[in-house]
Amino acid sequence: MTEMAEITVAARTAETVAARLNRRYAAERRFRILGLASILISAGFLVLLLGTVIAKGWTGFLQTQIAIEVAFDPQVIDPDGNRAPEVLDSADYPALVRDALAARLAPDADRGARRDLSAMVSTMGAEQMRRMVAADPAVIGGRATLWLPASDKLDMVYKGQAPRELGTAGNVLNDRQLGWMAELEKAGQIRKAFNVQFFTGGDSRAPEQAGIWGAVVGSFFSLVVTLAVSFPLGVATAVYLEEFAAKNRWTDLIEVNINNLAAVPSVVFGLLGLAVFLNVFHLPRSSPVAGGLVLALICLPTIIIAGRAALKAVPPSIRQAAAGLGASPLQIVAHHVLPLAMPGMLTGTILGMARALGETAPLLMIGMVAFIVDIPKSPLDPSAVLPVQIYLWAGSSERAFVEKTSAAIMVLLLFLVVMNMAAIMLRKKFERRW
Amino acid sequence: MNQFIPRGTSKISARGLNVHYGDKHALHDIDLDIPAGEVTALIGPSGCGKSTFLRCINRMNDMVEGARVSGTLQLDGSDVYDRQLDVVQLRARVGMVFQKPNPFPKSIYDNVAYGPRIHGLARDQAELDEIVMNSLEKAGLLAEVESRLSESGTGLSGGQQQRLCIARAIAVSPEVILMDEPCSALDPIATAKVEELIDELRDNYTIVIVTHSMQQAARVSQRTAFFHLGKLIEVGGTEEIFTNPREPLTQGYITGRFG
Repeated sequence: MTEMAEITVAARTAETVAARLNRRYAAERRFRILGLASILISAGFLVLLLGTVIAKGWTGFLQTQIAIEVAFDPQVIDPDGNRAPEVLDSADYPALVRDALAARLAPDADRGARRDLSAMVSTMGAEQMRRMVAADPAVIGGRATLWLPASDKLDMVYKGQAPRELGTAGNVLNDRQLGWMAELEKAGQIRKAFNVQFFTGGDSRAPEQAGIWGAVVGSFFSLVVTLAVSFPLGVATAVYLEEFAAKNRWTDLIEVNINNLAAVPSVVFGLLGLAVFLNVFHLPRSSPVAGGLVLALICLPTIIIAGRAALKAVPPSIRQAAAGLGASPLQIVAHHVLPLAMPGMLTGTILGMARALGETAPLLMIGMVAFIVDIPKSPLDPSAVLPVQIYLWAGSSERAFVEKTSAAIMVLLLFLVVMNMAAIMLRKKFERRW
Repeated sequence: MNQFIPRGTSKISARGLNVHYGDKHALHDIDLDIPAGEVTALIGPSGCGKSTFLRCINRMNDMVEGARVSGTLQLDGSDVYDRQLDVVQLRARVGMVFQKPNPFPKSIYDNVAYGPRIHGLARDQAELDEIVMNSLEKAGLLAEVESRLSESGTGLSGGQQQRLCIARAIAVSPEVILMDEPCSALDPIATAKVEELIDELRDNYTIVIVTHSMQQAARVSQRTAFFHLGKLIEVGGTEEIFTNPREPLTQGYITGRFG
């Protein structure tokens, strides 16, 4: 009798479990599909973002150039014939470029036609000639065929980003200029080449002359200052709080504050930098040293939190082993705990640096948004940084700045990817299991 | 090195030793003498205070938040908890081997050389080499690791790691070695080797060992102290404790009625 009852109960259990099993499987399938869908959606957005940036920006790495035979006319460059450097330096090279264009395209050009002609090439062409003369005055009197950078308008039309059909609304070149372009194209005297200027130049109002090198150097100087300030401070704070400080209400308060600081909007740090570093300490405005200090404040909480986590991950048995041998607290930390925690601390620091590299708002507050053409030579010189450069270009009216903006975004993203990869590799390489 | 130790004199002596962890009263009025040149085993059920007592001897309890120690604990007649006494110096005299082998993630050589280095025990590299070789030899590990001294200490087997920790402790030439369940993480063969080693070390060091295994206490120790609920119940010659305990609690524990 009891045996029968037991069998019935057992059978019912099996039945109930089997019935629920399908629902469990279904729930699990739903969960997986949801997860997969979220990943696909985020990946889709990422592809969209990167796709837009790359599609808009890759032409920014190219420069349109025109092949023109120029004459290094001694009458224009050096009328007195004594090759004085200051005379060679200040000669009217733009006139020579204009003459060369006129000779090729419109021999009987009037003033208006000549103005149209010179609007097709960048003033960098004249600069290129000046440099050639400065390097070797023997070229004077000779002729040479040079690939001269086109103006931003011609550049846009040739790259297909502005209409090239005659009489279209929104034409940036007039009919005469479009005709000349077609003529050059037919003769194979126009080409797209790698845009060296974009990687070596500073900012410029003329889009075809604008480059990111000034901003890259500015970002580099800022990050050096940030690293030099925030890494030692962050590590020292983390070590003190984790290894030496007594655990009491004060240290709890400090910990809460550090965690809160990590969440403070960065523009607030910018205001603080403006009030303290510029107005009280009178650091040079829009300089990497001021920017770097502000970024250091932003990085500090990240570095401290990552540092403490890395210290916590060092097993207490190592501390005990060292203490048992008679190592002092400082020796325990310096010889054992810190070396073991260092990869984790460095990972946190690199991630903090990556964040600092992408910060814009706090730097606007301390005047790093200024238009600066020169490449900074030291952290005290005024300079731009990459994200601010992007912001500046994005706000410029010239059509040609659109591709520059996207190209600069690609460069910034490249730096960020490299830094994050370094952090991941560091973590992988030194990851330890206890 | 202290080749000769007069047997029977008291190396460590506790009088009225009390330990609190916050509100918890972990040790009650312990009076215990530990003779020199012998192995003293501390036994008792989990949480009985035997490890706490062990950690008083080299003041490892200092690292525990909220630990308070009162009463006296003397090493060679001088108080361990004297304010004048430097804890670094104390730990150079009293070495410790932990429950879980905890070699530093450094080379085998550097593991052993660490203690002598921080205490400045070697005048030159040759002397340091000698200390390291000697310590590994004494720990019975030299033959196994001689050819790979520069490899990481964490790459050794569990038993080898524990013997490395013993070598690391004796490299400082301590007078006392404290062992906190040194074999609990080891397999029987590694355990046998460590026990053999403890027996050999007895000639040169005073050893205090905490163990959960009564067989181990019986095998390696000359004296045994039985702790229960923070109190010292009975202490005496190991043979006497295991064959003819005076206290019924001891009797109950060693016959396996609780524990």
